[in-house]
Amino acid sequence: MKSDAPAPTRGSTHELSIGVRANETLWQIFAVADAEVRKLRHDPMELFTRAVQPVLWLVLFGEVMAQIRGLNGGTVPYLDFLAAGILAQSVLFAAIFYGISAIWERDLGVLHRYLVSPAPRIALVTGKAISSGIRGLSQAVVVYLLALVLGVSLKIEVAPMLGVIALIALGSALFSTLSLIIACLVKSRERFMGIGQVVTMPIFFASNAIYPIDLMPPWLRAVAHANPLTYEVDGLRALMLEGGASAFGLVADFGVLLGTTAVLLVIAARLYPRMVA
Amino acid sequence: MGRMDDHSDDVPPPAVEAIALTKRFGDVLAVDGVSFAIAPGEIFGLIGPNGAGKSTLIKIFTTLLPPSAGIARVAGFDVVGEAAQVRRQIGYVPQLVSADGALTGYENLLLSTRLYAVPRRERRQRIDNALSVMGLTDAADRLVQHYSGGMIRRLEIAQAMLHRPAVLFLDEPTVGLDPVARRSVWDHVRQLRAALHTSLVITTHYMEEADEMCDRIAVLHNGRIEQIGSPAELKAPLGPGATLDDVFAHLTGAEIESGGTYREVRRTRADARKHS
Repeated sequence: MKSDAPAPTRGSTHELSIGVRANETLWQIFAVADAEVRKLRHDPMELFTRAVQPVLWLVLFGEVMAQIRGLNGGTVPYLDFLAAGILAQSVLFAAIFYGISAIWERDLGVLHRYLVSPAPRIALVTGKAISSGIRGLSQAVVVYLLALVLGVSLKIEVAPMLGVIALIALGSALFSTLSLIIACLVKSRERFMGIGQVVTMPIFFASNAIYPIDLMPPWLRAVAHANPLTYEVDGLRALMLEGGASAFGLVADFGVLLGTTAVLLVIAARLYPRMVA
Repeated sequence: MGRMDDHSDDVPPPAVEAIALTKRFGDVLAVDGVSFAIAPGEIFGLIGPNGAGKSTLIKIFTTLLPPSAGIARVAGFDVVGEAAQVRRQIGYVPQLVSADGALTGYENLLLSTRLYAVPRRERRQRIDNALSVMGLTDAADRLVQHYSGGMIRRLEIAQAMLHRPAVLFLDEPTVGLDPVARRSVWDHVRQLRAALHTSLVITTHYMEEADEMCDRIAVLHNGRIEQIGSPAELKAPLGPGATLDDVFAHLTGAEIESGGTYREVRRTRADARKHS
């Protein structure tokens, strides 16, 4: 097999290999994401279970809280305010347990197959993150339908809706990668379940998902400002709702989410091989 | 592609090479200064009781575990410094289940061709060929979770060979399989090897299989190689009629009875259940 390889000069090998490598890596990312999407197609049950949570929150929590009028949605009614928060929350709650599938894959042996392949680790974790982003979109569909039924005034226009899709996919990728990092550190399902719960609550409550940040005491407000979920929800409110506005600006929202996701991916790529060690 | 630093131009580097290879987990020496070389095209067996260091050795050569000391090379590439090149040279069928049950056989193979960057115009042909060699053509579009244990193993071997590796590592490929499925797995391995001239590194607990398949065998015990040679060479000192089981018992003593740790037992039995 070695004799088939052509023997180009050193310089051209180098130039060629960068282009070829990049192309290979893109294919490898696609391969991982595509495999996950195919699994979802074979068994779409997960999409339905994901849909349950936002329904419960909006119908039970949202309807009651909107009656009390104790919380103020700012420029929009509270139920509208909540709809964007619940969309981000339901994506978070699903994504934060994504790491369990990595532990599962390790216990089975599927992870070994990925790790002995020449695919760069960053390609593997990026592929997983993209697949999580795609999974999150099903929840956006459910929240939009439900919000329409509940009379939330949604902005039904192409560009903002594409923005919502991008934000949801990014948020899901971000928190699933955080989850993967936790999985790489704790390595066992039992410990992971405990930590997953512990991590989710502060991310959810120390954010603007279900109440405005202005209500918070200063220290909590500072935490909320360092919380990526806050920026996801902020962007969602601006893009989803008729009359919604972003407190930080959409560029900041997307910038924080993209930057955080990139950092988390680099960390996850470094830790991923530890799962089998 | 293979480097020839330490060898003359005419002699290809060993398929696998260990020089004073050592792996330490805390105070435990899992692999203790092991040296050996496997020739290109050779079928090499690693046998020994549970915990002898077989799986650790394989994990080092497949780049999953870094060695604590010593050198490990595959096709002339160093597993630490040149891990990416090593990964292009190897196929690995772990003891665990590495085919994804939620995908079809075809999709599992497609995933491998993409991960290994098999040229796009060759993918379809290589996959079809692998399916037919492994006798899985009719099952290609079924989910792997509905396959039998023998079919899963054959698929895993196929997916580890699509990129035509120089060395294929098979870690307990027949554990938990019934005798018919075991025979079929080995027949398919032989067929594939005849076509591709791949070196094989095999661990197994079935001594008759090792005897029948391997050109040479290393008997590992407590992280060291007790004996290395052809099955005939290993059996000869024990007199006529000796089997590899006798060699195993002779070299590793009472530990043949120990049967592994809780974790290993759980894993083996779970595997056996999955494959039945």
